[in-house]
Amino acid sequence: MVQGAGRPVRDGLGLGLAVGVSGLAFGAAAAGSGLSAWQACALSALAFTGASQFALIGAVAVGGNLVAATAGAILLGSRNTLYGLRLAGLLRLRGMRRLLGAVGVIDETTAVALAQPDAGASRVAFAVTFGSLYLTWNICTLAGALGAGTLASPRALGLDVVGPAAFLALIWPRLRAGRTERVVAVAGAAIALGLTPVLPAGVPVILAATAALGGALITSPASPAAAGPVRAGQP
Amino acid sequence: MTGLWIAVLATAAGCYALKLAGLTVPERVLDRRRVRRFAELVPVALLAALSAVEVATAGHSLVLDPARLAGLGAAVVALLLRAPFLAVIVVAAATTALLRATGIA
Repeated sequence: MVQGAGRPVRDGLGLGLAVGVSGLAFGAAAAGSGLSAWQACALSALAFTGASQFALIGAVAVGGNLVAATAGAILLGSRNTLYGLRLAGLLRLRGMRRLLGAVGVIDETTAVALAQPDAGASRVAFAVTFGSLYLTWNICTLAGALGAGTLASPRALGLDVVGPAAFLALIWPRLRAGRTERVVAVAGAAIALGLTPVLPAGVPVILAATAALGGALITSPASPAAAGPVRAGQP
Repeated sequence: MTGLWIAVLATAAGCYALKLAGLTVPERVLDRRRVRRFAELVPVALLAALSAVEVATAGHSLVLDPARLAGLGAAVVALLLRAPFLAVIVVAAATTALLRATGIA
């Protein structure tokens, strides 16, 4: 495939629109759990991170303690801190751009940005994915909260596999690139699946980061100690 | 009602702060090789984990849902055939939707 300038735009728009439609399900679920349409829209506009949003309304729906519900939802957002860590050097945002861009640091934008061949394409991919997903997610949240969620079933359209398929497609080039990447991906998936029965929702995925930590610790540095002081005992 | 608004706004503020925190890490920290390698591998681990959890779990249970598994399987086949990104997600969603519509899964 040609790695032309159109690719980050096409990939970003495609994923943004496809995943954004899930906002219908969120809006409908939020309304069902007792949030007003305004509250559902405020969450989508300001929190803008699906897992945390669903966690909060899920806890509200079952009548859980609001402080615990809020803490759980925020904990789920810590995944985005790790994405930000990776995106910081790639996007190099400063000042107002950083404050605005931070809203868009989520699974989908990170995945599309990192699948690009160079930093310029990554910046375009991040902006396009963020923009299209933000608009679609928020419009669909409003539509879902107002009752449109009962008209369309994202599940019947198979939209619940769009996320998993997209994430796999977007890390695919990295899986082809190195053995460490493949081991880290498999270990991350195994950790998350293994812990799902015993830990609160969302936490297993965050703990999958330990696979990345292990990968970073065991892989020998690619180049000699050019970036820092030479340490005793290093080969 | 007010309590719910506080929960909504606190969640939004907390989630935003966590996003911003990652972007604001000083560059000299990222210049350390192990930290950089960790940051590179984190999306691979987390996105693979997220994919697995979204396909093979329901609540706290591991489930084998043929429709979702077939959708992801179709995506893998498309990727092995070097299909473009959008084709991969269309094939995955269409496979899952078709299995559900026909009542096979």
